[in-house]
Amino acid sequence: MRTKFISTLTELAERDDRIFLLVGDLGYSVVEIFQKKFPDRFFNVGVAEQNMMGVAAGLALSGKIVFTYSFANFTTFRCLEQIRNDICYHNLNVKIIGIGSGFTYGPSGMSHHGTEDLAIMSVLPNMTIISPCDPVEMDLAIKACVKWDGPCYIRVRKAGEPTLHKNSPDFRIGKGIIVQDGEDITLIATGWILNNVIKAARLLEAHNIQSRIISMHTIKPLDEALILDSAQKTRGVMTIEDQNIAGLGSAVGRVLISSRKCAVPFTAIGLTDQYSYDVGSEEYHLIKSKLTPESICTAAINTLNTQ
Amino acid sequence: MSKPELSQSNRAALDLDVNNLYLKRSTKIRARILHMMHKANASHIGSCFSIVDILTVLYSGVIQITPDTLHIPTRDRFILSKGHAAAAVYATLCETGFFDKSWLDRYCDNAAPLGGHITANIPGVEVSTGSLGHGLPIGCGMAIAGQSKRQQQYYVFVLMSDGECDEGSVWEAALFAPYHHLENLVLIIDYNKIQSFDRVKNVLDLEPFADKWRSFGWAVQEINGHNFEEIKKAFSSIPFQKGKPSCIIAHTIKGKGVSFMENKVEWHYKSPTKEQLEMALKELADVS
Repeated sequence: MRTKFISTLTELAERDDRIFLLVGDLGYSVVEIFQKKFPDRFFNVGVAEQNMMGVAAGLALSGKIVFTYSFANFTTFRCLEQIRNDICYHNLNVKIIGIGSGFTYGPSGMSHHGTEDLAIMSVLPNMTIISPCDPVEMDLAIKACVKWDGPCYIRVRKAGEPTLHKNSPDFRIGKGIIVQDGEDITLIATGWILNNVIKAARLLEAHNIQSRIISMHTIKPLDEALILDSAQKTRGVMTIEDQNIAGLGSAVGRVLISSRKCAVPFTAIGLTDQYSYDVGSEEYHLIKSKLTPESICTAAINTLNTQ
Repeated sequence: MSKPELSQSNRAALDLDVNNLYLKRSTKIRARILHMMHKANASHIGSCFSIVDILTVLYSGVIQITPDTLHIPTRDRFILSKGHAAAAVYATLCETGFFDKSWLDRYCDNAAPLGGHITANIPGVEVSTGSLGHGLPIGCGMAIAGQSKRQQQYYVFVLMSDGECDEGSVWEAALFAPYHHLENLVLIIDYNKIQSFDRVKNVLDLEPFADKWRSFGWAVQEINGHNFEEIKKAFSSIPFQKGKPSCIIAHTIKGKGVSFMENKVEWHYKSPTKEQLEMALKELADVS
């Protein structure tokens, strides 16, 4: 997905000289294509996330569209106040790319886990949050972000994610995409974990359970209409995310609770109130966090059985 | 040889006029700040008074921005990174005609335009600040944009406090600006040597301060931040050195202008009572 990001951005920057790219000394073997083509619009600010966000704000205040590129953990936690005060409060055109979401860098340990980034970003007024599921959505998300007025946080895994959308979907910020329709349960996922959700839906078919699968690529603004529609058309709703459930789960839960017409069983799968102290791969952490297709399938069956 | 002498004396007379004008303006600005702080029962009068003379000179023809050129892309930019001294900038902007005096009268009132920390929706204010260490990185971004196509289009002035230099983000930007040759960036540090809790040297000493900035690659000038001649001279020689950002370390006195406020930690917080207001206004009147 990061390759798709840089190729799309480079293509857009050919036509739009307002586009700048700042990196926090990360993106080796990824961002060089942009750097070579637009040396005046590329800055490696060094290992200095606070300054990166401040510089981005200053450029955006001067009419530029600024993309920043770093790891999801560094680019949100280290410089949260710069994002809040400088970027979001002034509603600036800064598009923050957070790479290595969730447990992408699993063995690197907790410092490198992007597991609370989306939840924290989602409480910032003016911030738009996008979490594309595959390279197709990545491409469309970057294009949409350039046109979107205001700050965006784009949460990205890394590389080698499978293409889940067979055709180019109708991608609009704030509108979820129904990847597959079904009448029994709604599975709402954000980001690349959708891959495991699609596999879980295959497993559920063996149990005669038909799933509506939604790629909720935008967490904020959230597609409340689609959530409520799904709650009415299916017998249960689940959210699945490779991060703290304060991201997608809480947001969807709030929509369901606020609507008195949608009393459906609801389960939020993801990380809860704990860090991972274990050394292990992304796969290891996903198994532990019950985010494998098998675990998602079991949780879906349990959700429907709570009726 | 009479000609140069005549010219010199003319010049001296002119300088005297200009200095009188500065003094009148700065006194008026200080008086307005006193009224604002008293009425709103607000803090940071000491932090305001130490920068009034710098602001007076800056907004008397140095910075290229007027109420008519607020939205011109090539205007000069000013960032008050020590956002708690908003009242000083507001009084200066009002004096320069950016908005009506009635706004000052409502300083910190409910739903009023002007609050305790500077905000960007006010004419003449580019950036909202309040948390320290934000202005210099933003100034770097603006300076880059002002140099696009390798042509300098405008200057960016950032006014920062000494205590603010405790923030790590300041030094991230301090490394960045010289490395990228941001010669259209001018940093002014209000070195009044008192921060929130105590004197700077008792909290986290910054010395050797000028050497720190020089070693990071800045062209540095140290001035008396209350001497109009020195302030004017520094501004008229920017950039101090080709290819380098300029740093003016202004040695100032916290609370400058009112004897009982000068160089006192407590006037970081206190606002003048009715009696103190009258005493202070009388002192200012005696000076001007």
